[in-house]
Amino acid sequence: MSIANRRPVPVLLLATGFLALWLILAAFPFMWTLWGSFKVEGDFFSKADWANSIYGTLTTAETGGSFTGDGYHGAWIKEEFWRAALNTAIVCVCVVTVSLTCGTLGGYALARSGYRYAFWFLFFALIFRAMPPITLVSGYLLPFFEWNLWGHLYTTIIVLVAINQPFTLWMLHAFFKNIPQDLDESAMVDGCTRFQAFRHVIIPVMWPGVITTGLFSFLLAYNDFAVTTMLLSKENQTMIPKIASFLGTTQTKGNVMFAVAAVVSVTAPLFVMIMFFQRQIVSGLTAGAVKG
Amino acid sequence: MKHSTFFWFVLPSAILMLLFIALPIVSVVTQSFYSAHEQVIVTVENCGPFGCTESTAVDQEATQALQDEEPLGKWVGTAIYTDRNHLALGEISDAWISADGLPDFGRSLMNLPFYKAMAFTLTYTFIVTPLTIILGFFIAIAVNSVAQALKGPTIFLSLLPMIVTPLVGSLIIFWMVDARGVLGAGLQWLASDPNLSVKASTAMMWMMLMFYGVWHSAPFAFVVFYSGLQTVNTDTLEAAMIDGASRWERIRHVVIPHLFPLTTFVALIQLMDNFRVFEPIVSFQAQAHATSLSYAIFNDLGGETRLLSSAAATSVLTIIGVAILLSPVMVRTYRDFTPRS
Repeated sequence: MSIANRRPVPVLLLATGFLALWLILAAFPFMWTLWGSFKVEGDFFSKADWANSIYGTLTTAETGGSFTGDGYHGAWIKEEFWRAALNTAIVCVCVVTVSLTCGTLGGYALARSGYRYAFWFLFFALIFRAMPPITLVSGYLLPFFEWNLWGHLYTTIIVLVAINQPFTLWMLHAFFKNIPQDLDESAMVDGCTRFQAFRHVIIPVMWPGVITTGLFSFLLAYNDFAVTTMLLSKENQTMIPKIASFLGTTQTKGNVMFAVAAVVSVTAPLFVMIMFFQRQIVSGLTAGAVKG
Repeated sequence: MKHSTFFWFVLPSAILMLLFIALPIVSVVTQSFYSAHEQVIVTVENCGPFGCTESTAVDQEATQALQDEEPLGKWVGTAIYTDRNHLALGEISDAWISADGLPDFGRSLMNLPFYKAMAFTLTYTFIVTPLTIILGFFIAIAVNSVAQALKGPTIFLSLLPMIVTPLVGSLIIFWMVDARGVLGAGLQWLASDPNLSVKASTAMMWMMLMFYGVWHSAPFAFVVFYSGLQTVNTDTLEAAMIDGASRWERIRHVVIPHLFPLTTFVALIQLMDNFRVFEPIVSFQAQAHATSLSYAIFNDLGGETRLLSSAAATSVLTIIGVAILLSPVMVRTYRDFTPRS
């Protein structure tokens, strides 16, 4: 280890203290909500004594045990959150598949074409990336109503794929640039067409980049609120708009705990995803930055 | 690569982007010049045994016919842009004439929905972006100096606020700062004011939203800076050390210049994302205290009557805002990618 990396004790203590503070700030809200989701509302929002939410005093009084699954039961069964979860699964799988299929083809071509129009293509994609999705949504509504496309899952899937395309193209373009050009060119010298070279030489080596890009496509589809809330009818709602609708209706009925349970249910898969794909997420976030 | 091969490879992406990004922009611009049809009112005379009364009613059929004939509505030119809910030119000139000094003018400006949204969006963008960069930088420095074994878990926990759905993350924060939540109660105890509520005060609401913004995006800045730190040249650091540079001077003169290109990248992405701030306002139910341009569009589109034209006009104004904000970056990208001749 270089001498420049050696830290004196006070600096180390300061850094560790600051880091501990940040980690509490980052993780504590999630832990607190996870814990609180197994309590009754009186404990989750305990005006009288905050320790109630830890020991579950009112939960014990109301349900007999210090943990209760009522919130989850209410959200998943009574409010049919499972339907929303199913819709989210369909939307995410389709969005990831379609946007990666189009994205790899486009990204590969953009990385290999030396012509000027490839640059302009990427340039416009960058401009499109900057458009807030909600501004586009106001352009969709009227045509979708007119042509009866509004409210269906497939419309939302296509729209999410399209909104996702600029990012996917940029990322895969940068990734394909890093695959040596000799690889597919030597295949073409051996008599492959461009598509065959792509199919037999590039596809086998492209998976790390595709997985990273796929993770971000998944996140976009999973986390989207603006598009899904505006373009899906009530029975086709995905999880995020469903939670938002809990806020309007359920809160007045005193069932905040449904929303809390739903929020925890939405967070859990993301938690698992970060655990398994941490390295890919980090490399994806920095791909654009470090390479230029 | 041959032109035709390129064409077939990018065709799916190009069609998608053309149909669902480029055309909607055209459609939004067109829509913003039309306004919804007024309902056709007919006067009906009801004659009964006790004389006749006149009543007005909406002629549903005629309204529908008008609607079918011209689905966009009727042409109104730029009237929507200048009305009270958007640029409000008339109201502004009135306020300017009657205003008692600049602060008073500012106050009447803040009563106009568009300027209120604009004020919050810009404040949010220009406060959250630098704070994110600073916080992310310090986290990266701190992580870089702790023991190797702690790095994995630290990165894992730090990613949480960013990866979790914005609507969900802001809800979690919102419940905690609720007057009955743990942080809200803590704030009341700190301020020894049992009636203190974040929901009731505009200033507190703005601060909460910005706090959430920094919390949500600092991990992104952190990850980018952290990976940048891995490539800092240790020889330069050692040389600076031998020349007597203190720890801070080494950070200031070696590390920060090394990370500077990354800062512009982070700033660009953050400007884009912060300008479209939207979900936290929904979660925090902050519309009474703070609205953003995106929220204004959402508000027009939702609800019983979908105010398509009004939303379209706000969208066009937002797009212009994005264009102005990003023009320096676009020019830079253009220069970077233009082959040097």
